Amino acid sequence: MTSTTGGKAAHTVKDLADAYDVIVIGAGPAGLSAATTVSTLGARTLLVDENQTPGGQIYRSVLLAQTADRERLGEDYWKGREIAETFLRAGAQYAPATTAWSIGPANDEGGQFIGHEVGVSAGGAARLIRARQVVLATGALERPFPIPGWTLPGVMTAGAAQIALKTSGLIPEGRVVIAGTGPLLYLLAAQLIEAGATVTAVLDTTPKSNWLKALRHMPAFLTSPYGSKGLRLLRTVQRRTKVVRWISGLSAEGQGELKEVVWTAGGQEHRTPADLLLLHQGVVPNVNFSNAAGCYHVWDETQLAFRPQVDEWYETSFPGIAIAGDGAGIRGAEAAALQGKLAGVGCAARLGLIGGEDRNRHASSLKVQLTKVTRGREFLDALYRPSKAFRVPQNPETIVCRCEEISAAQIRASVSAGAIGPNQMKVFLRSGMGPCQGRLCGLTVAELIAGERGVSPDKVGYYRLRFPIKPLRLRELASLPQSDAAKVAVLADLADTHHSKAN
Amino acid sequence: MFRRAPDRIRDQVTFTFDGIPITASAGDSVAAALLAAGIRACRTTPVSGAPRGPYCMMGVCFECLVRIDGVGNRQGCLVPVREGMTVETQKGPHVLSAELVP
Repeated sequence: MTSTTGGKAAHTVKDLADAYDVIVIGAGPAGLSAATTVSTLGARTLLVDENQTPGGQIYRSVLLAQTADRERLGEDYWKGREIAETFLRAGAQYAPATTAWSIGPANDEGGQFIGHEVGVSAGGAARLIRARQVVLATGALERPFPIPGWTLPGVMTAGAAQIALKTSGLIPEGRVVIAGTGPLLYLLAAQLIEAGATVTAVLDTTPKSNWLKALRHMPAFLTSPYGSKGLRLLRTVQRRTKVVRWISGLSAEGQGELKEVVWTAGGQEHRTPADLLLLHQGVVPNVNFSNAAGCYHVWDETQLAFRPQVDEWYETSFPGIAIAGDGAGIRGAEAAALQGKLAGVGCAARLGLIGGEDRNRHASSLKVQLTKVTRGREFLDALYRPSKAFRVPQNPETIVCRCEEISAAQIRASVSAGAIGPNQMKVFLRSGMGPCQGRLCGLTVAELIAGERGVSPDKVGYYRLRFPIKPLRLRELASLPQSDAAKVAVLADLADTHHSKAN
Repeated sequence: MFRRAPDRIRDQVTFTFDGIPITASAGDSVAAALLAAGIRACRTTPVSGAPRGPYCMMGVCFECLVRIDGVGNRQGCLVPVREGMTVETQKGPHVLSAELVP
């Protein structure tokens, strides 16, 4: 595995230094590019990533991919190789299979701020590592898709099937139904068909009215690289499987596991036996890290998600913490790589490694390219805006919080009982307090409560998340240096999680 | 539920799930190896005892929690499968146990 993890890969947290100039979290296109850029400009850089090899989700396992994977997954996937290889040559230290779970200020004995302290774990051991600058490249996750039966074994996300295909060459077998909306839906359908899977049907939930709204962005889209690719995918899928459009209702049925997929189209209910249902309705920024860090977030009405507010160098409201890539708003993989470079240049300037003029010179061509690769995005955002019926469950019994098994009706009732936002609601119901820490329910809850109150999700806000953002064994916590102020902060946050403050 | 592309069959790794021997391919995560073996459910929920299985495969949903070599609450999609591993269904909440710290 040395060839895929590079010469400077850390195998345990003991291999890491106490401090770096820059810590980058996440090895997708944004994180790899940020780490490459800033270490090339002279910063001592550490990149921490949860997976075994670089690539993030979009380029997952790309360095292990063979010719057959290239044919199955396509040239856009293959492009990730160069990004990952360039990173491995750049001289940054790389900590794969390592989870970052906290970030907090580090102060010297006089109480002076000397940097950020990042909590990391690998192989059952934890450490706090200091850095002057931190780049969060934590990417996106699939938008929650709360339909009746979405918790049944046999129902997975489309992204999950794609990861299984990329990492292990797994091809769905039996009766496969793919349902939802968004560019990835058709990409996955095409990849699975190409790989030899039998796709029974693609159930497209894109509302008809979206086409009208997307129309004015059509010219920019058609002349963008997305345009020809998108049309080609649509044609492939339509030719090789049944595509059902204008789906207005969807559920998964079965006792203990998926047996049937039931959908409504044109006022008619239909059902089909299924072995696997793959759901997808776009991706949203994964805000758990930035939220717990205390970065300022805004509600993005176009993308229907909260995202951290960043400046032109992708620095958040928290000085020295930047967020590049889809974690700062969904722009896609190519944009993420460019944003990572811009964030890296920004870090280098803040560290004093380059001057303002140099920084701007580096940035100018990157910004031109960024405009080019994000052309057509407005069309995708408008066309694939998921309909409210699939974002805010209408069926009262639909589970919203998968971890604590809390239904839509219970959340609506908590609003009548006085919960004005997600943080008050979780005191009533524990929704969002299970192991996923709101990742699979946060947006649904915000929109549900906003709907009940008749206000924008901006007004009700999101869960106030606490570190550690990934479960940590008590032994790992106990093994951290006793004198460390950050450990006290982590413990305080842990205690706080169980008392859950208002906003 | 899933089959493996012939070009992706790598060195065989054998582990057990609830005592049943399963052959996986080197590089598989525990969750991928279970899916490849036709196993959909790998835990029951602490609240209602309902069965659940891998959902996101990227470490965010915590549906693939399993017991690995006696340690509960492990995310199956993030742990590479190893020869001789003992994987078990996580039943309900993880029970805290006292451990001797070496």
